[in-house]
Amino acid sequence: MNGAHDLGGMHGMGPIVAEQDEPVFHHEWERRVFGMTLATGFLGKWNIDMSRYAREQMPGPSYLNTTYYEHWLFGLERLLVEKGLLSPDELRTGRPQGPAPDPLRVLRARDVGKVLSEGGSARRSQGAPRRFKPGDRVLARNIHPLGHTRLPRYARGKRGVIERDHGVFVFPDTNGMGLGEKPQHCYSVRFTLRELWGPGASRRDSVHIDLWDDHLEPV
Amino acid sequence: MDPAKEEIVGSSDHDHDHDGPGPHGAPLTETQLRVKALESLLVDKGLVDPAALDALIDTYETQVGPHNGARVVARAWVNPAFKQRLLENASAAIAELGFAGRQGEDMVVIENTSKVHNLVVCTLCSCYPWPVLGLPPVWYKSAAYRSRAVFDPRGVLREFGLELPKHVEVRVWDSTAELRYLVLPERPAGTEGMSEEQLAALVTRNAMIGVARVPSPAKPAR
Repeated sequence: MNGAHDLGGMHGMGPIVAEQDEPVFHHEWERRVFGMTLATGFLGKWNIDMSRYAREQMPGPSYLNTTYYEHWLFGLERLLVEKGLLSPDELRTGRPQGPAPDPLRVLRARDVGKVLSEGGSARRSQGAPRRFKPGDRVLARNIHPLGHTRLPRYARGKRGVIERDHGVFVFPDTNGMGLGEKPQHCYSVRFTLRELWGPGASRRDSVHIDLWDDHLEPV
Repeated sequence: MDPAKEEIVGSSDHDHDHDGPGPHGAPLTETQLRVKALESLLVDKGLVDPAALDALIDTYETQVGPHNGARVVARAWVNPAFKQRLLENASAAIAELGFAGRQGEDMVVIENTSKVHNLVVCTLCSCYPWPVLGLPPVWYKSAAYRSRAVFDPRGVLREFGLELPKHVEVRVWDSTAELRYLVLPERPAGTEGMSEEQLAALVTRNAMIGVARVPSPAKPAR
């Protein structure tokens, strides 16, 4: 979706404010939102692409006017209701109205180290045959899906070159919508700044964007 | 950061709004209440174990951080075979030092040289290599950085105090997939004969994102 999250190339977002000796969290509520988001992710009711899509659905004006962990809080509340773990009433009143819907595997403290160090790679051993190889010239599709996509707006309709083939990965554009993993090759695609931003941009410099077969067409 | 430079490269057409929930995450009472209510609801319904929340938070607040990435960089500086493995298969090489897992399952290391400078951003959310850098700083997650890093990388670097010569090529890496990028900075002059541990202490988070160079070690005071 062409949401406020798709920020690449926007103007007027102000100076970059870097804080000296910045703490990991600035407020206790940020800690709790971070912890709750990770912990509930292990319930297995959604995947990381659905989490991103949930945050992207925050209305644009709010998204730009709130902080990172407020985006996370919005996305978490949305997913909990959408996946039936909380009712809208429970969320509104803060009072539980019954037990959790079905037996769920809740993350326990003793397992935290193990699950974090194992992670969960989006790499897959099998998928659609690759359509491109390093050196191929490609065009990023001019698509504007209303759902989730990892093809940023600033690259759409632009020409680039396949720099490297990362291998087969889950395709977030379908996975985030509950339409399956659709594993396919993901590539690092090099776009010159000139191609992206026109003749005023540096001739020498480039942006590398990770894109999947379904985002690309041969030139 | 030089505020004058910041002004030039920064917002040219609007005044930055310092009211409300600004870039430093000023708390809203409403948000605090909402979070407390949500947590007690999730605990009451048995959906989260509060001890697990504490363990998750503690991991990223006190254990994982850029000191991990600094060890990877220092190892690459002193050990050419490791550096080669790191550039060819970053996840496996980084795992040799014991760093792996969530948000770093599939790592890519990109090397800065005298001819190429790499810079990492995630324009769509704020993807970041947690096992080696910990959680991202606020500026990395800000609309200002995410919007401008791909449009005016040299301006962004200047804002961080790094003026690159024209002949240096800038490569920006937009982390749009599940690959996570770590910049291998150039080893600074004046570090010959330093141990791996001493070198690791020089490596900064910003250098591993690509918005800074690793500074030469300060000369001892007379």
